[in-house]
Amino acid sequence: MSLPSFLAQSLNGLQYGLLLFLISSGLTLIFGVLGVINLAHGSLYMVGAYVAFVVARATGSLWLALPVAVLSGIVLGSLLERFLFRFFYKREHLDQVLLTFALILLFEEGRSLSVGNDFYSVPIPQALNFSIPIVEGFSYAAYRFVVIGVCLALAAALFLWIERSKMGAIIRAAAEKPEMVDALGIDPRRVHLTVFAVGTALALTAGALNAPLSSVYPNMGDNLLIISFVVVVIGGLGSVTGAFWSALLIGMIDTMGKAYAPAVAGLAIYVLMAGVLLWRPSGLFGQRA
Amino acid sequence: MTKSNGASRRIILKGGAALAAASTVPTGWAIAQSKPLKVGLMLPYSGTFAQLGENITHAVEMYLAEKGGKLGGRDVQFIKLDDESKPDLGPQNAERLVKRDAVDVLIGTVHSGVQMGIHKVVKESGTLTIMPNAGNVALTRDLCAKNVFRTSFSNWQPAYAMGVHLAKKGVKKASWITWDYAAGTESGQGFKEGLEANGGQFVSLLTLKFPETNFQPLLAQIQGLGVDAIGAFFAGGGAVQFVKDYAAAGIKVPLCGSGFLTEGTLGGQGAAADGIETALHYGDGLENAKNTAFRAAFKAKAGREADVYAVQGYDAAQLLAAGLEAVKGNLEDEKTLYKAMESAKIDSPRGSISMSPSHNVVQDIYLRKVTAGQNKVMSTIVTQLADPGTGCKI
Repeated sequence: MSLPSFLAQSLNGLQYGLLLFLISSGLTLIFGVLGVINLAHGSLYMVGAYVAFVVARATGSLWLALPVAVLSGIVLGSLLERFLFRFFYKREHLDQVLLTFALILLFEEGRSLSVGNDFYSVPIPQALNFSIPIVEGFSYAAYRFVVIGVCLALAAALFLWIERSKMGAIIRAAAEKPEMVDALGIDPRRVHLTVFAVGTALALTAGALNAPLSSVYPNMGDNLLIISFVVVVIGGLGSVTGAFWSALLIGMIDTMGKAYAPAVAGLAIYVLMAGVLLWRPSGLFGQRA
Repeated sequence: MTKSNGASRRIILKGGAALAAASTVPTGWAIAQSKPLKVGLMLPYSGTFAQLGENITHAVEMYLAEKGGKLGGRDVQFIKLDDESKPDLGPQNAERLVKRDAVDVLIGTVHSGVQMGIHKVVKESGTLTIMPNAGNVALTRDLCAKNVFRTSFSNWQPAYAMGVHLAKKGVKKASWITWDYAAGTESGQGFKEGLEANGGQFVSLLTLKFPETNFQPLLAQIQGLGVDAIGAFFAGGGAVQFVKDYAAAGIKVPLCGSGFLTEGTLGGQGAAADGIETALHYGDGLENAKNTAFRAAFKAKAGREADVYAVQGYDAAQLLAAGLEAVKGNLEDEKTLYKAMESAKIDSPRGSISMSPSHNVVQDIYLRKVTAGQNKVMSTIVTQLADPGTGCKI
């Protein structure tokens, strides 16, 4: 292991970790506030990537595709919450799991019917189509730095919103003591709608941002969904801060594992999860049960 | 008395009728000849590989039309089944063709996982089968069967030739990058053998999970490997992404690979693919009369340019014809049929081909270089390369 290659791998780990954060932050928010385990979250990521692909193909501009994906996320999330999830909060977990599993099938079939099952690449915007040498013999595509920057900005915005705004305070309260929020006369429906819309928009944004780096293909969110669950569990259910640090940790471990110990790379993060669960059953940043 | 008389009269009448019938009804063999030959086309007609399935079908139909619609003197009836490239449905779909539709011949398929399902079924039923694409080496090695032939390639073949080319060019050390699945690791093995047989050193096999596209952790290692060349096996959209990422990473080590790395993907790869050398049994600008005629005819029929998959389908039909003509359409005569197919010398658009003892195609492997958006054929690396066919007993 040489220092330059280690630096390059750290950058890879950081970028992958930040992407995981965008996906898992929405997952953990929705679970924390609404109590719903959204298995369709990986499909929402896929929807974002395909929105970016379709818009970029039609208009030739990824810059336009990104805001379209964010807006689609907000609209889609609001519709899903208002007309579907709202009726499932009081239901058993099994019903919720069935609902979100059905959504996976619907999203995949919808994708298959509207765009097809092909593997498509999404071009990087011309202005960013160059690389920056970082170490001897390895350069980094400029667009990857943009992704890192956007992810960090979004993480900061999310942190400020949750920790510093009134809505954020309500959301944190709703996650911990929903009865108190009710007792204070706050309409929980507005909180639920907001959280679900934001969570969905984060997933679609992640998909759209990463589309030029991953290409778009069927079931592209499946693997990321599973890893995102690991991130959420390690970080602590419902904790956005926990999701941030845990996503970076997983991103690093996964990348370093693939680079230096490929034989055990697939297993490393699950061993870590088991270890964390033994040591702190509610996750690194979770409320102690 | 009357009763027994009646009975015996009836017996006589029946016997007479049977005799009369026998003289007019042809024998079983003759019945088979007058019936059309049922050819099952089990191919992907939807999903990622749909165009591959369609091109193979066009080419098979085209060859039949050239032969006046008859093979070995029999009319041909096609039964098409979309296998959707779903491995879990493979055995079930193959059963449908073999049992319910009772096809005489099965041509299929593209996806190697589905091919395993077909193989299981036809190995048992004994149905004559020709593989027009899937390259799993095992099917013409330890799992080979007397009734199964392949006109495409084994994953080992193009990669082996790539290894040979690099070593002869003076490359000392090389690694192979691919997805962690059969086609990837089998091609890696071929590359290793080709390289080592000619004095090169195989350093490592780098893999990632299929169909992941986060190539970064692998790309960042290349500089540290101390290799003179990197070989790769990816196909389709994954190949597009890999070649683009490789170029963006600014890696100085030259990239080469199995032909599929740049096959049908150059539009998406753009300038990132310029100058990449690959090895395959077909390419652009291959000049022979057969190829020129084939490409023109295919374009007229399908409305698009022919590709390597079309060639493989066309040759599947040619091989079938060679067998059927030798037995005049009588598939019952297995010994003669297989013998004829095994010894067939076929004039393919890719050059001349034949069958190895394990029923895999023996063919020239060309060196191609990406030039101006085409996989230009530069030279022949290995003439008439046969897969080793290790472990096959027919």
